[in-house]
Amino acid sequence: MAETAATLPKPLGGRTRALAWLQRYGVYASVLALLLFNVAFTPHFLEVANFRTQLIQVAPIVIVSLGMALVIGTEGIDLSVGSVMALSSAMVVLYLGYGAPVAIVAALAAGAVVGAGGGALVAYAGVQPIVATLALLVGIRGLANVLVPQLTEFRNPTLITLGSRSVLGLPLVVIVAAVLTAVVAFVVKRTIFGRQLVAVGGNRAAAKLSGLPVRRILVAVYVLSGLLAAVAGVLATARLQASDPTSLGLLMELSAITAVVVGGTPLTGGRVRVLGTVMGALLIQLLQATLIKHNLPQSWTQMVQAVIILAAVYAARGRKK
Amino acid sequence: MTATVETAAASPARGERASQIVQHHGALMVLAATVLIGGIAFDSFATPQNAANIAVSSSFVAIIAIGMTFVIISGGIDLSVGSSFVLAGVLAAYGSRYGVLVALLLPLAVCGTIGLVQGLIIARTGMAPFIVTLAGLLGMRGLMLAVSGEGANTYLVEDDAFAALGQASLFDLTVPVYITLGLFAAGAVLLQRTGFGQSVYAIGGNEEAAALMGVPVARVKTLVYAVSGLLAGLAGALNAARLSSGVTILGSGLELDVIAAVVIGGTLLTGGAGGLTGTMAGVLLLGVIQSLINQVGTLTSSFQQVVSGAFLALVVVVQRVLHRAQRLS
Repeated sequence: MAETAATLPKPLGGRTRALAWLQRYGVYASVLALLLFNVAFTPHFLEVANFRTQLIQVAPIVIVSLGMALVIGTEGIDLSVGSVMALSSAMVVLYLGYGAPVAIVAALAAGAVVGAGGGALVAYAGVQPIVATLALLVGIRGLANVLVPQLTEFRNPTLITLGSRSVLGLPLVVIVAAVLTAVVAFVVKRTIFGRQLVAVGGNRAAAKLSGLPVRRILVAVYVLSGLLAAVAGVLATARLQASDPTSLGLLMELSAITAVVVGGTPLTGGRVRVLGTVMGALLIQLLQATLIKHNLPQSWTQMVQAVIILAAVYAARGRKK
Repeated sequence: MTATVETAAASPARGERASQIVQHHGALMVLAATVLIGGIAFDSFATPQNAANIAVSSSFVAIIAIGMTFVIISGGIDLSVGSSFVLAGVLAAYGSRYGVLVALLLPLAVCGTIGLVQGLIIARTGMAPFIVTLAGLLGMRGLMLAVSGEGANTYLVEDDAFAALGQASLFDLTVPVYITLGLFAAGAVLLQRTGFGQSVYAIGGNEEAAALMGVPVARVKTLVYAVSGLLAGLAGALNAARLSSGVTILGSGLELDVIAAVVIGGTLLTGGAGGLTGTMAGVLLLGVIQSLINQVGTLTSSFQQVVSGAFLALVVVVQRVLHRAQRLS
């Protein structure tokens, strides 16, 4: 937002400029720093197997975060993504009898329907996004558990392939995440819909006055978020070779929100940083891996993650003024 | 209740008054209807024993919901209470080896301080409450894991006096129920009859106007989160006393039940309107639904989640419709 800086009456102070830089490039610098640290101090970090593991583990977070970035771009939030993952996982198991394609379509459809429900609550009923999707978080997790009450394993070769197969040395899961990232980046940068969703997030009243179909855009954004969460759910289920609605995707909304915020997308909407979001997801993954490899427990990861969220939002706040 | 006063002065139409009654006492009405239906449908539902069970199991959510009502009326939200509840339970059980006083004060001090810090960050930096308390949720979960050896150690309550705080009962109701009643009364007085309470409503209604009127906005907001953390800590400590141990897995997702109860009770998430009577009705309603689901027997507790989620969605939609109707008339 260099143009904003130019129009401000007073020149930006050094501190403000530092915060602005931090918000824009902080995530890249952090990922780089963590990579360098690991190369220097973590044994076996530079091995291909390790990179594969890291990428496979980060793929679902990336996919969910992409949808979350779109929603946050409209000044919304989607807390239901973790539960949608669980529901899509349950659907996979329920419909696997009709073959893997049917099961996957059913799972994705379920995600889209939940997203449409949340979007309708936000757009047409005027409910705040945080409450609408909170209701879904609770209700959909319950529904997933009602449908599939316990961990259920399966032996469908197509799904197992989807979860474990590699093409040209890259795991299929990672390729799906990369392709979806490219698609979402294209949608945000190069399509009318992308412009519209950013406009809705930047100034809803102005968007409405200039004739944009605000409600339809909002519903579409939540549908996309639900759909992407369902994709992540299907991939995670395929990798696990089992459906576990009780724990699959638990707290995923926190990781996704962290990835988006750390990646430089402001919570106040009007801007979507797709690559930053992917970097944010990578940062969380690398952080966890680093702490685990250096025998620091899970508790540290969560406390460090908390500090990172606060720092990222603080930097974004300094930028707005 | 500034909102009520304003709209009532503008045009006291009958339809408007009806919609206001529904908004303020809807939870109470639905609660009465649910109890009635439950009593007719199940012989073992409308018994003193079952009522006592509902009261005992609802008391912990109720204590946290009192703090949450203050936070939400002030226009904020506290997502950290579930983590606070669990952390307090572990700390209380750990502290019980040093006696009842430590068992009670350690969790209160830690959770109250963390609530205070969250409040300071929200009030002084202007960062969104949900993101600050989300970070608090993560941080406290991490702290709880660190204290409990990554969740591997379950500390047992080693002090009988402390255990009595959660287990001793009078007329089939345990101590936490009476503590809830006391806190509810104190909270209601604080909210409706003191300058602090009026400031909370004023800030939730319009923060800038409140600041211009001379309300100490930052101090009131900070205190609201400190109270919320303190009460979540108290509920966690009492729960540890009830269970005789600091369980590390219970309570995740508790913030959702609490927020659902407060919202169902008619407190608006936009701030500035609501009250503790509605919150108590909301808590009891969720408790009664849980009890009814248990009565049916074939339904699992997951079904309870489906019902609470659907109920929360329904209530917020109805609230929005009522709100619009009020503005139009």
